[in-house]
Amino acid sequence: MLEFAVELFSDYTARTILLGAASLGVVSGVVGSYAVLRKQSLVGDVMSHAALPGIVLAFMIVGVKEQLPIFIGAALSAVLAVFVINLVTENSRIKTDSAMGMALSVFFGLGLVLLTYVQRMPEANQAGLDKFLFGQAEALVEKDVLIIGVTGLFALLVVGLFWKEFKLLCFDPDFGGTMGFSMKSLDLLVTAVIVSAIVIGLQTVGVVLMSSMLIAPAVAARQWTGNMGSMVILSALVAAVSGVTGVALSAGFENIPTGPAVIVCVSAIAFFSVLFSPNGFFTLRFKDARSRREIKKDYVLKALHDLGLEHDDPGYAHSERLLALGSEKGFNVRKSLLALQTAGYVESVGEDNWRLTQSGIYEVKKLSPLEKNG
Amino acid sequence: MSPHQFDIQLVAIIVAASCAIPGAFLVLRRMSMMTDAISHSILLGIILAFFLVGDLSSPFLIIGAAASGVLAISLIEAVNRARLVKKDASIGIVFPFLFSVAVILLSKYARNVHIDTHSVLLGEIAFAPFNRLILSGMDLGPTSAYVMGSILLLNLLFISFFYKELKVSTFDESFASSIGFRPRLIHYLLMAVVSLTCVGAFDAVGSILVIALIVIPPCCAYLLTDSLFRMILLSVVFGISAAVSGFWVANWLDVNIAGSMAFVCGVFFLAVFLLAPQRGFFGIMREKRRQRMDFAEASLLVSLYNQERGEAVKNHPDSRGMFRSADFASKVVEFLKQKGEIAVAGGKLFLTEKGRERVRTTVEGR
Repeated sequence: MLEFAVELFSDYTARTILLGAASLGVVSGVVGSYAVLRKQSLVGDVMSHAALPGIVLAFMIVGVKEQLPIFIGAALSAVLAVFVINLVTENSRIKTDSAMGMALSVFFGLGLVLLTYVQRMPEANQAGLDKFLFGQAEALVEKDVLIIGVTGLFALLVVGLFWKEFKLLCFDPDFGGTMGFSMKSLDLLVTAVIVSAIVIGLQTVGVVLMSSMLIAPAVAARQWTGNMGSMVILSALVAAVSGVTGVALSAGFENIPTGPAVIVCVSAIAFFSVLFSPNGFFTLRFKDARSRREIKKDYVLKALHDLGLEHDDPGYAHSERLLALGSEKGFNVRKSLLALQTAGYVESVGEDNWRLTQSGIYEVKKLSPLEKNG
Repeated sequence: MSPHQFDIQLVAIIVAASCAIPGAFLVLRRMSMMTDAISHSILLGIILAFFLVGDLSSPFLIIGAAASGVLAISLIEAVNRARLVKKDASIGIVFPFLFSVAVILLSKYARNVHIDTHSVLLGEIAFAPFNRLILSGMDLGPTSAYVMGSILLLNLLFISFFYKELKVSTFDESFASSIGFRPRLIHYLLMAVVSLTCVGAFDAVGSILVIALIVIPPCCAYLLTDSLFRMILLSVVFGISAAVSGFWVANWLDVNIAGSMAFVCGVFFLAVFLLAPQRGFFGIMREKRRQRMDFAEASLLVSLYNQERGEAVKNHPDSRGMFRSADFASKVVEFLKQKGEIAVAGGKLFLTEKGRERVRTTVEGR
């Protein structure tokens, strides 16, 4: 594995490809944060699928697989899809989700029609258009990486320049509007930035899965931080690492398309974050269970104390059964008692009988100073 | 039309009809993008089924593959339960992952199965007629027509059996649960039906273009009717016509059939979107224009009426001044004159008895 890594980084072609993957990762990580925060994750999905007809049309018009025309074609058709979605939702009772589903499938369908049409054309140099479906990082050359870099830098520059405006757009567009910013043009600008990220990912990840390259890193980053700046940086990092890992995997093993490899990496990080981050699924469950245990322990302590007061002795011993009587069904009193014993707050006397220790009595007083005269 | 072409169209019609039926409910429930998630996710189930047995003709495998769609939905809902993931983002990270795993398995181990990354995207309805159901030497037609036919039947049974449950839980979920229907159960049943349909349609149209057949025909129907029953019926009609005309377009241009069906669906929607009588683009424009004119006429009439009764505002000696342009004003006057509701004498406007009547009925509500 190490040898393989060394080989990968010392080889010029490999370095070029990995550089491309890393810069793509940084750009999509940063830009994807906006898509996710604005709840537009699925718009990214539609746009990346919708880029296909633009790619093929550009190829049909120019006739060669030049990068720039293909980029422009892809961007135009992705933007057109967004325009169509807005047109349909604003002028009919069709809801956004349906409009997105329609735009996605119609554009993609048209793309496939054009693709099969082109593939029948006599000139054989259309081979390789396929790579835009699932991505093929091996085909990246220096010039491609240069274009990725320049487009990406441009996108990052826009994000940097409009940092606070974009922040307003994400979190409180109405307030932004009253401050005198044109939310409509900012919206357009964000869309343009997202489109440029999609376009530069087409060759590496492909139209089908590019949306995930925008969404998953941002989702992962969002789990760990509530700060916009750190989220964007973390998201860029996650995407860059997964981009490089995915490309390396795809290059190192036979028959693994690059796009899916990258997406599996980035999704793995996202799922891990959703499950185990401080706000994650398991962490919250764990915290819940812990606080439930604490509440039960407090309840048992207090019950022992209050029952003891009836005998004018807070340290009076009571049976476990008596304690269980007043509690809810399924409440394992013994478990709480044992935990309290370990903490030194209660001690067992004889069979099934328990009483508070000195430190237990002290603890109860800390717990419920208000109920003393109850 | 050759028998081959006939068979393809037969399969296409059955596929389109079975997609349109659950599609109507998805569109009404604003869950269209769930189709995207399901249709991508079932690929994993399909491929695992292929690896296990080698083909997808056994009903158990079809159901198994469909289960992966329902599983994906539950996964999305589980991810969504994490506090910081919005609904759209949870859809957006789950299905690309499952789809990626499927594509990797496919390109790595698919040497011995007859699906590849191309058929995933393009479908292979053109090959449907080659796989035939032959019983004791008798050729009964393409197998996929029977498989898909059973799914269509199941979809029909599902909606006729649960019609009112579906209807109520689609339009008013809390009411549905208050009268004892179980909207969550209905939701999962619907998802199961969609998954099953996607699995069945996979052979024909691949895993992405099935979205077109599920979402677009119901959208067309939605712009034409307010009745659920008619919407389902119309969806099926639109789906079938798009499938058949898509086939002929593909035939004519010699391109991919599934892609062409999706595109024709889009063309159908464009036509309906523009031309639907009340909810179409032009229909809405016409309605808006009519309302604007109606309002302008009423305003002018009321203003004249008030002048007659000596309640006119002094600053507006001529009611025409209230309009945004002289052009528009003379248009309004012209219309009213034609209707005989005002008369013009010496450059001044007067109400006729008919005009007075309109003011009384429309404005004063008498």
